[in-house]
Parts: sequence; C-alpha cells; structure tokens
Amino acid sequence: MRIQIENLCKSFAGTPVLDQINLEMGEREFLGLLGPSGSGKTTLLRILGGLEFADAGSVRFNGRDITTLPLEDRQVGFVFQHYALFNHMRVSENVAFGLKVRPRRKRPAPGDIEKRVAELLDLVQLKDFGERFPAQLSGGQRQRVALARTLAIEPKVLLLDEPFGALDAKVRVELRRWLREVHDRTGVTTVFVTHDQDEALDLADRVAVMNQGRVEQIGTPTEIYETPKTPFVFDFLGRTNAFACQVKNGKARLGDKSIPVEGVPDGNAVAFVRPHDIVLAATAADGPSEDALLPGQAVVRFISVLGPRAAVELSHERQLVEAVVTREMLQELGLVRGGKCRIRLRLPTIFPKKEVDEEARGDKTKRHWLRLRRRGKRRTG
Amino acid sequence: MVDLASLSTSASAAVAESRPRPVSQLPLAEPRGVRVALIGIALLFLLLFLIIPLVAVFTEALREGVAVYFAALAEPEALAAIRLTLLTALIVVPLNVVFGIAAAWAVTKFEFPGKSFLITLIDLPFSVSPVIGGMVFVILFGLQGIFGPWVMAHELKIIFAVPGIVIATLFVTLPFVARELIPLMQQQGPTQEEAALMLGASGWQTLRRVTLPNVKWALLYGILLCNGRAIGEFGAVSVVSGHIGGLTNTMPLHVEILYNDYAFAASFAVASLLTLMALATLVLKTVLEWRTGVGSQGRPH
Repeated sequence: MRIQIENLCKSFAGTPVLDQINLEMGEREFLGLLGPSGSGKTTLLRILGGLEFADAGSVRFNGRDITTLPLEDRQVGFVFQHYALFNHMRVSENVAFGLKVRPRRKRPAPGDIEKRVAELLDLVQLKDFGERFPAQLSGGQRQRVALARTLAIEPKVLLLDEPFGALDAKVRVELRRWLREVHDRTGVTTVFVTHDQDEALDLADRVAVMNQGRVEQIGTPTEIYETPKTPFVFDFLGRTNAFACQVKNGKARLGDKSIPVEGVPDGNAVAFVRPHDIVLAATAADGPSEDALLPGQAVVRFISVLGPRAAVELSHERQLVEAVVTREMLQELGLVRGGKCRIRLRLPTIFPKKEVDEEARGDKTKRHWLRLRRRGKRRTG
Repeated sequence: MVDLASLSTSASAAVAESRPRPVSQLPLAEPRGVRVALIGIALLFLLLFLIIPLVAVFTEALREGVAVYFAALAEPEALAAIRLTLLTALIVVPLNVVFGIAAAWAVTKFEFPGKSFLITLIDLPFSVSPVIGGMVFVILFGLQGIFGPWVMAHELKIIFAVPGIVIATLFVTLPFVARELIPLMQQQGPTQEEAALMLGASGWQTLRRVTLPNVKWALLYGILLCNGRAIGEFGAVSVVSGHIGGLTNTMPLHVEILYNDYAFAASFAVASLLTLMALATLVLKTVLEWRTGVGSQGRPH
C-alpha cells in the first residue's frame, strides 16, 4: 500500500501538534517516525489509523483519499505501546478476535479461524502459549501476541506506537530484529513511532525525524545519520559536541584546517562533532592528519570505561568536550584524570550559528504559544 | 517482611537478625498497652453499635415464639409489602444497571464539555436527603404539582402509588452502579476499546466483548449495593407512598406502621427479614471483594 500525506495539520485546544506534514511511503516500505515526546509523531500515527481526525490536509492510501474514512473501513492494524491485550481472553482468543467480530458473511468458518490462529502463533513463536492468559506472559511475549492479533486481520498498513517502549533493553533488540523479519516476510507497509534513535536507525528503511509538529528530515538511516540537514536532527541522533567557528568565502576555519562548506553563509557558524569523532592525540607532532587540530591542550576531567570503549570528558578552553575512544587508545596515550592531550575533530558538520540559536529557542517558541493562548483565554473568560 | 533496621547493619549481623523479630519491636508497632487499649475500644464500639442491635432485632422478633414470627410474615399486608419491595428492586436495579453503564461509558471513553458537571450531577442523590428527593416528586407529580393536571388528565396514578415508589427509589439508588464503574473504567482507559475497534469490532461488539468483561466484578458489586439500598430505602419512599396498607407499603414502611401500632413482635419479624436480606448482600459483597481484591484498594465510598 502506498501512503501519501499532504499538508496535514492538527491542533489540540488551540495548540498546533502537527504543522503541514508531507510524507510519502512506497509499497512494502518500513518507515520510522523518530522524535522527542511532544513532536507529534504519535498523533500522526493515530490519524493514519483513524483514531484521530486531521484539521486540514489529506491522507491517501493507494491514491484513495481516506482522510475522513472511519477506521473500520481502513484495513489498518495498530499495535499499542502497552499491548492493549484483552486480559480476560486467552492468547488464542485474543488473536482470533478480529476474525470472530466480522459480519457473518465475511467471517471465516470456525475451523479456518483456528487454523489461522495456529499459523500466526507459530509466526510469533508462541505456538504453545495459546491457552494462556496475557497476565501469564512476559512483556515481550505480550507484544508478540499483540502483533499476531493485528496481523490476523491482514492489514494493508501496520502502525506501531512505540512498540518496544515498555520492554527492557535486551528484549527490545531481539524483538526489533524479529519485527523486521516479520515485515520482510509479510511485506505489509509499516510505520512505527519511536523516540529511540538506535531503534529507528536499526530497523527502518527510511526514517522521518519529527520536531514540534514538523518533519525535519526524511531519508535512509545512513543519510540521516551522516548528513543531518538541521542542527536538531544532528543533536537528536546522538551525543553532540559543538565548536564555534567562522565561515569565510565558503570555507570554515576550524582549528588548523579550512573546511569547504555548502549552503552556509559567511559569518558565525557552529561545528557539530560526535564524541566518537573526537580524536585524542598526545602531541601536535603526531604526524599529518585530515582532521582539524584544535589549538592548545585539553585537560582530562573524567574517564569512564564501558566495556571495550571509554568515555573521556575533557575541558578545552573552558568548554566541556565529550570523547569516546577505544580502551587500547586510552592505554596507548596513557591518559589519566588530570592528564593533558590535544584534540582533533573528525567529520565536523557545520551549521550557521543563526539556525543553531533558533533551534535552541524552540522551547521558547512553545512557551510563547502557551502564553498567547492563556492571554486569549483571559480575554474571553 | 522487610526489616528496615537491619539494612544498615553489616552483612554478618544482617544474617543474625534475619530471624523474625517479636511484634513489639517492629518499627511501626505501638507499645503493648496502647495496642490493647485501641483494639479494645474498637471492639467495644462494634459490639455496642453493630452486634447488639443485630441480636436485638432477632430476639425481639422471636420473643413471642416461632409461631407468632411466621404468622407475622404470612399476614396478607406483610406479604404485599414483601412483594412490593421485591418488585421495586426488580424494576429499579436493571434500569440503574443500564443507566450506570451508559453514564460510565460516556464519562470514561469520551471527552466532552460539561463532563465534570455530569459526574457531579450523578452524585447528587448521595448529597441530597432522600426525604427531599421524595418531596421533589410529590411537587412534580402530586395533585397540586407541576405535572399534576397532566397526570390527572391521563388517569395516571404516580404519587401514592407504585410508580411513585419506583421513581423515588430510582432517584435514590441512581449513583450506585455508575460510581462503581467510573473509577475502574477511568483507570483502564480507552486503549482496549481502541484496539477492539482497530480489529474491526463494532461499537456494540466492543461493549459486549471487551468493556463489560473488564468491569464485570465492579458491575456486580454496584448491582449488590444498588439492590441493598433499593430494598431498604425509607425516607424518599415514605414521602411518595401514602402508606396504604397492602397496596403502597414497602417492607421498611410496613415495619414502621406495625411498630407504631404496638405490634412489636410482628414489626421486628419483618425487620429481621430485611436484616437477613442485608446480611445476604453483605456476604455476597465480601465474596466479591475477596474474589477481585477490590476491598484492599482505596475506594471513593
């Protein structure tokens, strides 16, 4: 099923939640909606499912406008964060529910329902759990039942609202691999909502990063991660170090290097660097390097070793810098707390300072809206 | 049981202290004397205000012998009162079940303006004296009442007749089912219903297959409370009934009339029957609480 979303808007009690959303999805696509809480991602999903209705704009499934179509006519499957299993029904009854509530002429024969339930339980690897009640299952098993229950109605589109949000880290990783397998096998167009960037990047064909009711960027996980278009996207996808720099004639001056930049006007700019792209060096004479070397020395403030990697917190010219290095590197450099080293920046992403400041003011914009709303209320009340 | 004091001691000491301590050393326990006094006062209170009256009802009822007891119950007017009371409950309880489910469903599954006002309104019969509740219906449907001429014109009898008793009882017992369902359904939220709809169920199927099974124990509990009150209601019914023996007397009214006529044994005999009904309700309620664990949680009532 192809999905086209055009200029979708939605507000709750005067506060805009979705602001001119435009998205397109292809057949069999697996799309991740990634964003912080309050970014509108769940509202968008609920509008696709028919649990909410948009104020303006349209949603099309295979070209057909379904914006105002009631949910029972959409053939959409929805998986909830907290499973929403029917606790008074056995697992098999839960899975059979969507088939049993069909009008008599569309309902499969009891034997066929039974067969289909068995197939689905097999698919979600819960073959021997049909007689149990949801309360007797673990969180991961419950979510798999929820998925089997949804797949039973053969949805054309599968929507998942933070499906792994309530599970612990290990189960979460297992389940998302497995969900990907189920998707690849059934080929149903799938949209899932998450605030976990690892999950989105790991699982989806394409990721749409949402912020304050807008889609900031949409692309493959690699595109999103390697060429983030806005400071927000860069910041949201992982830990970030920001370094002030100057752009002149299309080149950014950063440490001892001039880096050509595109689309950044001359003037103040900010270079974003991930902690694992911070390279630590003992002295400046470490040999020639592509990476920009910052002037002066940095002092190690704190080191925490996490398995094969170590997170190093440094202060450089009164700025805090986070670096992630391998444990071998740490030993090679002989770094200890209070020790000194130089910093090189690998793969900096440069944004105009104005954009970064605007992003930082995003929260203020929201407060401004609220203030306006309150003022309006006082006037009418 | 977690012993807070031992958590701060060393590991070896903790092992030594992991044996259960005497009750008097538990951090929250009062000194022995205080505990005995408090429990004593509570038991004395229960004895004076609950157990002695209960025993008194049955002793008074049986004072003149078993024969008199059963004769009092077999009297035509007593039988009529029992029949009327049961008929009222039989009409009122199902109506309030329907109303309670509808109100709880509307309040907990939808957002609409005036919702909190509606919840307050449902509680109104709890806060208004039943006598006033009865008076209101006399004012509305009585001969001099607002709808009095209309009622007369259609040759209907509401006040001083069975319909009035049913309406007054309906008013008084209106909150019971809704009040039981609303907190539970609020806590459950609309997610399961949303899931059912997404799976293609109609609104009716969702109510029958998902919502009602989820609240069945609270619903039964509400029915019991509603039934208990419907059988025992005195104030509101007394105002609208007119006390016509054999026609508009319910059991509580019949008890009062017998008592005022100095027929103490008969009066207490009927009273004992009411008490037995109440006790049966209590036993059922306890069974339900035990079955659902409802009693251990905080309740609005």
